Amino acid sequence: MSILGTRVVRTEDPRLLTAGGTYVDDLRVPELAQAARVTFVRSPVAHAAITGIDVSAAKDAPGVVAVLTVADMDDLPPPPPDSGLTGTEGAPLPLGGPWSEPLLAVDRVRFVGEPVAVVITDDQYQGEDAAELVSVDYDLLPAVVGFDGALAGESLLFPSAGSNVACATGTPADGAAFDGSDVVVEREIVNQRLAPVPLEGRATAARWADGKLTVWVSTQNAQIARFILAGALGLDPANIRVIAPDVGGGFGAKIGVDRDGLIVAWAAKHTGRALRWAETRSENMLGMTHGRAQRQVVKIGGTRDGRILAYRLEIVQDTGAYPRMGGFLPFLTSLMAAGPYDIGHVESAYQVVVTNSTPISAYRGAGRPEATAAIERAVDLFATEIGMDPAEVRRINLVPADRFPFTSPSGATYDTGAYVEALDKVLAGAGYAELRAEQERRRERGDVQQLGIGVASYVEITAADADGGETARLVVHDDGTATVYTGSSAHGQGHHTAWAMLVEAELGIDMSKVTVIHGDTDLIPAGVGTYASRSLQLGGVAVQKAAVEVKEQARKLAADMLEASEDDLELNVDRGVWQVRGDPASSMTWAQVAAHAGEAGLAADVNYTEGKPTFPFGTHLAVTEVDTETGKARLIRHVTVDDAGTVLNPVLAEGQRHGGIAQGVAQALLEEMVYDTEGNPITGTLVDYAVITAAELPSFELLTSETPATINPLGAKGIGEAGTIGATPATQNSVIDAVSHLGVRHIDMPLTPARVWAAISAAEEGIAR
Amino acid sequence: MKVTVSVNGKQIAAEVADRTLLVHFLRNVAGLTATNVGCDTSSCGACTVLLDGRSVKSCTVLAAQADGREVTTVEGLSGDSDELHPMQRAFRAEHGLQCGFCTPGMVMASVSLLAENPSPTEDEVRTALEGNLCRCTGYHNIVRAVLAAASEGRPN
Repeated sequence: MSILGTRVVRTEDPRLLTAGGTYVDDLRVPELAQAARVTFVRSPVAHAAITGIDVSAAKDAPGVVAVLTVADMDDLPPPPPDSGLTGTEGAPLPLGGPWSEPLLAVDRVRFVGEPVAVVITDDQYQGEDAAELVSVDYDLLPAVVGFDGALAGESLLFPSAGSNVACATGTPADGAAFDGSDVVVEREIVNQRLAPVPLEGRATAARWADGKLTVWVSTQNAQIARFILAGALGLDPANIRVIAPDVGGGFGAKIGVDRDGLIVAWAAKHTGRALRWAETRSENMLGMTHGRAQRQVVKIGGTRDGRILAYRLEIVQDTGAYPRMGGFLPFLTSLMAAGPYDIGHVESAYQVVVTNSTPISAYRGAGRPEATAAIERAVDLFATEIGMDPAEVRRINLVPADRFPFTSPSGATYDTGAYVEALDKVLAGAGYAELRAEQERRRERGDVQQLGIGVASYVEITAADADGGETARLVVHDDGTATVYTGSSAHGQGHHTAWAMLVEAELGIDMSKVTVIHGDTDLIPAGVGTYASRSLQLGGVAVQKAAVEVKEQARKLAADMLEASEDDLELNVDRGVWQVRGDPASSMTWAQVAAHAGEAGLAADVNYTEGKPTFPFGTHLAVTEVDTETGKARLIRHVTVDDAGTVLNPVLAEGQRHGGIAQGVAQALLEEMVYDTEGNPITGTLVDYAVITAAELPSFELLTSETPATINPLGAKGIGEAGTIGATPATQNSVIDAVSHLGVRHIDMPLTPARVWAAISAAEEGIAR
Repeated sequence: MKVTVSVNGKQIAAEVADRTLLVHFLRNVAGLTATNVGCDTSSCGACTVLLDGRSVKSCTVLAAQADGREVTTVEGLSGDSDELHPMQRAFRAEHGLQCGFCTPGMVMASVSLLAENPSPTEDEVRTALEGNLCRCTGYHNIVRAVLAAASEGRPN
């Protein structure tokens, strides 16, 4: 029996559980033995002109090696030219030109936390002291805060750009689209700004020696990090080695290497001193990119018998102080606007605006949770308006299983699916009818603790850049062991276990004999890395294909050794030996075959690309209890189907779902990065920013469903982001459902006690919400 | 000042700055890097170790306060044995870790929990681990791991 699809515990864990991982700040390699510490001096204000920087006192402080400002940056290439992108291209690249983001601030700061100077000291504590002595004169400018502040355009972040709108699409509303609808509901929804908060913050170490730069960085993609470093520092990529050691979580915020890491690498080259930097959490909350931050207007129309006919989504994307991802996030939101529904008319439009706040980038889901949150709220609003059960409205409108592949009006072609079946499985698993009956009983009694039932169906896109592909190199050694070099990049997902399972399944080499190596550009020069839930369907398939190639090479070698025809040779995968068919005594081990390969070796290189992305789907159902006197909402059950095609290892897939669900619930109930009217962050530590804890969650009820993808031989789709996509609107819908009988129609996330209580109070006073 | 701490049964003596935090003493003086720093507000628990057998957040304890006392980190949890400690074994069996960064602190907090309450309910586990953040697992399998370790430790 193949090991694929079975529950295999991770090979990574014994080391992580006994010695701990080796994250960047744990590196005790000789190259960093004399490394000095980098401490950043960051802007304490949101928007200001810098009129002077005095580093003299800091330079004289104990242990200081150097204090660097932009004045020292005389050895960098010029910034990139204007990309000319208007947003419709959806390119995940900085805009350049008038929107260019410097490394250390030039003349102006645009968000609290922006790097202004670096202090280099022998040890960390000295750095904290010396950074306090750098004196920066700020001439305050009016801060641009929030969506309306940006659109008002009274103060501009980039005066030469002439606007705070970095890019926009110009789809005009189709006035006739809603004409056939009996009922039309329209409302504004805010998908709030979040902090990714990987438990390990950003960290970079760098050393310049013999004309070569070595950079250790906590990244999701060593190869992309090298590409970015080469461009920013004006170096030949061949002279840069990037190493990603263990990485303590990424969630999209560690794609490549960002500004602060580039500064550390530059400073190492500039000073000739090996350097290391590991940010504090307070730095992380302001310096690492944030996610989400969309204001949406949804408009939904349909018939009184539950058929949705038209849907419009308008987005203002706050991209923070610098448009790092340009129009990419709202592009994905627009692409997935229609959700899993067959709606005749779907239209969307977006504007991307800059504000004096931390830049926005990918965060677990990256544009798709925003799409699902919008339409799943809209469907509930529509269901309430026509007085129909929200699950029934979904069933009526979900794309039926016989319609795949299905091209949505927003332009995505959903590959395979069983959307109605996923919904029904969740409703049955949750005991939907009994939940509704219990809800009714509590309503009739007027209980303080009301019950909410929230449903969210979704479809999402994974490996959106499937044509970017992924690399794998597989080598079988003459001791019978194997090594996989993968361009994909693990930071908790369990790649080492999964890739070893693939090798064992294909070649019969026990996974304990398979070593997986990732995240070192000297060993793996080409690769893409981990984001967009792409690893298994690209990187995993690449490993499998490499194994197939190695098998065919081995067949020739074994045939030669056994003096048999290649056609008569078979690989006994259970025993991991080659045999002549019908003659078990004729076995050749992998060690023998690899030894016979001699100098040429037994190895295969694969760069696997797919022409199209895949579209996982599912339904989440959240049960909440809401205290109508305090507004406190508590998730008591969470039932889900997340169908990501054929599952390689249920242990790993479930783990991805669990983590995503928790982050989704956290967005719905707890988390928000908040700025005051001057652009000061007021949730800049883990005391103020409510990362969800074990005490605020139940155990999750995961149901299984596997509808294989047809585009790749593993049948795999991505699973990394399903949790945030499904759980967020299910939880939000659940809390609103709990108080809908009181007249509440909508509450923006996070649904904190104060907001829920205010909504109940307003409804009781007859104010429409 | 001179500080002597018994770390995983080994006496570590060093001259350190007065303000040296225990977590930095462990990482930089004792050379034990499993214990991580995940925040600067005592919120995340990544730095949790046992001090005289009870869990503390080592980012909120001065090395000086640990002078003459015993510290256990995840590196010392299984003593001289090559076997995993029951809690480590349970975390692996139940997939109670992903990126691994919170794991040493989470395991030590869990060990401390069972020392105080050998048969906790799920709710008691969840409440007891409120001071330890994990961003990867959604806590589902961490809670299962602690309950499994508790179950293993109970006489039948």
